[in-house]
Amino acid sequence: MMIHHEKDPAAAGAQFEYSYQAEITNVYPLTSAEKLYQVQIIDPDEREGFCFQPGQFVMLEAPGIGEAPFSISSSPIRHGDLELCIRAVGRMTHFLDRMGRGAIVGISGPFGTNFPVEKMEGEDILLIAGGLGIAPLRSPLLAVLENRSRYQRVDILYGARSPSELLFVYEYAVWRQFGVGLDIIVDQAEEGWPGPVGRLTELLQQRIAGGVAADFKQRTSAIVCGPPVVFRFVCDLLIQAGVPMEKIFVSLERRMHCGRGKCCRCNIGSTYTCLDGPVFDYWSVLNLKEAI
Amino acid sequence: MLFKVFPKEELSRLYTLLAPDRIIGPLTKGRDQHGHPLYDFAVSRNFAELRLDYGQTLHSLKNFFLPYREDLCSFSFPKDGSGNWHKEVDYGAFVPLVFFGLHPCDINALNKLDKVLLEGRYPNPFYGAKRAKAFIIGHSCTPQPFCFCRSMGTDTVLRGFDLFLTPLDEVYFAEIASSRAFHLLEQLSCREPNDHEHRRYRQQITTRESLFEAQVETSDLTKILDLEFQAPVWQEWGRKCLSCGTCAQVCPTCYCYGVEEKVDMDFTRAHKEKMLYSCNLLDFASVSGGHNFRPQSHTRLKYRYYHKHRGFVEAFEESLCVGCGRCGQSCLAQITVPEVIASVRASGGNE
Repeated sequence: MMIHHEKDPAAAGAQFEYSYQAEITNVYPLTSAEKLYQVQIIDPDEREGFCFQPGQFVMLEAPGIGEAPFSISSSPIRHGDLELCIRAVGRMTHFLDRMGRGAIVGISGPFGTNFPVEKMEGEDILLIAGGLGIAPLRSPLLAVLENRSRYQRVDILYGARSPSELLFVYEYAVWRQFGVGLDIIVDQAEEGWPGPVGRLTELLQQRIAGGVAADFKQRTSAIVCGPPVVFRFVCDLLIQAGVPMEKIFVSLERRMHCGRGKCCRCNIGSTYTCLDGPVFDYWSVLNLKEAI
Repeated sequence: MLFKVFPKEELSRLYTLLAPDRIIGPLTKGRDQHGHPLYDFAVSRNFAELRLDYGQTLHSLKNFFLPYREDLCSFSFPKDGSGNWHKEVDYGAFVPLVFFGLHPCDINALNKLDKVLLEGRYPNPFYGAKRAKAFIIGHSCTPQPFCFCRSMGTDTVLRGFDLFLTPLDEVYFAEIASSRAFHLLEQLSCREPNDHEHRRYRQQITTRESLFEAQVETSDLTKILDLEFQAPVWQEWGRKCLSCGTCAQVCPTCYCYGVEEKVDMDFTRAHKEKMLYSCNLLDFASVSGGHNFRPQSHTRLKYRYYHKHRGFVEAFEESLCVGCGRCGQSCLAQITVPEVIASVRASGGNE
């Protein structure tokens, strides 16, 4: 177990550089670029003691190769039996791509702030994802679905570049069984794509127009994840529709080398994305220069 | 605070008493093109080589606490085909260090680093272990033309040292801030300061205050920086800036770093190495997939000022800059903090 607020530097250090040894127990290809990695903390006590909240991230370390932050895509009830959705894009992620099942990696964390899904009980949940943004969003989604009766409407608006880049396709039927409204839009259609083509904001406009306006602004809690370009347009639409800024949550991405507020690489203004984020409400984001 | 005075010639005895530990002090490293001495902090072998009348050192003493390169951990890979690995962590704090003759700006810089690196949820043990082993003797300074510590409130120091010395005629006026310093002074021929020495000490403070030339107007600076976030003057500074990162390397309070992992040639071990970085370097805020949050020179230079003079102030109610002026002195493009801040303040008022 991790011990926080430790004064003795030696003991504090055991925590600072401590990583759980974890095994990649399964790898599921999701698209040509992304895979879902099941990463299980090996020690059963450590695995059980690993508690996180949806929206938090871990630092994943491949000894000798590198260390990088990844948001957790699995449900919090699975503790240290994690699922990470990873796109092979850099040295570290290409290594994972090659190693696959059986590799032993290091996990430290969980780090950062979370989506307050418990505070959202009784509300309509609107999850908006662009591209790989669905990865951090799947954890709060699963947490909501596990307590489905405590929430009103649950809708996902998901935009991807093309149908073949859609993630978690095999789960859509399950999500819908739980009464999730799942609307997908792509930038470019491919053969056989039956759905709409266009921008994520179009889906949001439809969702806003499709409901009762008063309900939408009073009952909606929104979670938005995606590339930087998504945030401003999506959040502006939500605010125009009357959703309070304090009920719009975004997850920001920044370069990180420590996850512990020490390397300063993820600094925005007075905040560290790793400590004060990655989840921010939109009011906080507006007060940070160059956050989005 | 306890005060004592001791004769100046006793200082070499204090040095000898501390000599079993490694002593770091200001030494002459060479001369500049005008023949003026260049100083830097280095391991000292004898008292005579210390230059306690130094103006400013080229580098801060940061690399004794935050080495430019440092192993965060090492990994060993047993050759049993298991794919397993073992991780070892060494904080790299070997011998107790004595810092002999630090100016208030540099002691204040350590106090500021403490706030980021030792407070909060994840205290950094690599820094903490070295910090805990340090014995710090401060020494009053003569303000240099480029020093603007008085504007930053760091021209005096209240804590973060064991002993602080101010030379007065034939004696040192000593502020004692730790029991170790107290017991050390017991071994010198010390006495309580008399009324005359109290007056001389206070005169000295007034005289020193009058010697500051450079200054930075800090009133409402956090708001002005926000108001002038889009000011064109940032782009002018961005065109001058070489994005070389020298300012961060000499800065006593810059602490950002990057990490690299390296595998030994025989594949039995690997190291995770941290290296101090700079927010002015091109890839400081670039992420996997190619996006760079600060691709232009001016956005990175601006970020540096925002972190030092706005972001840190918001978090800790004090600036991260101590006004030592090293960044301006070492900048190849001759960019100085007082000039940048004055230009940003002026850019709103000239309409």
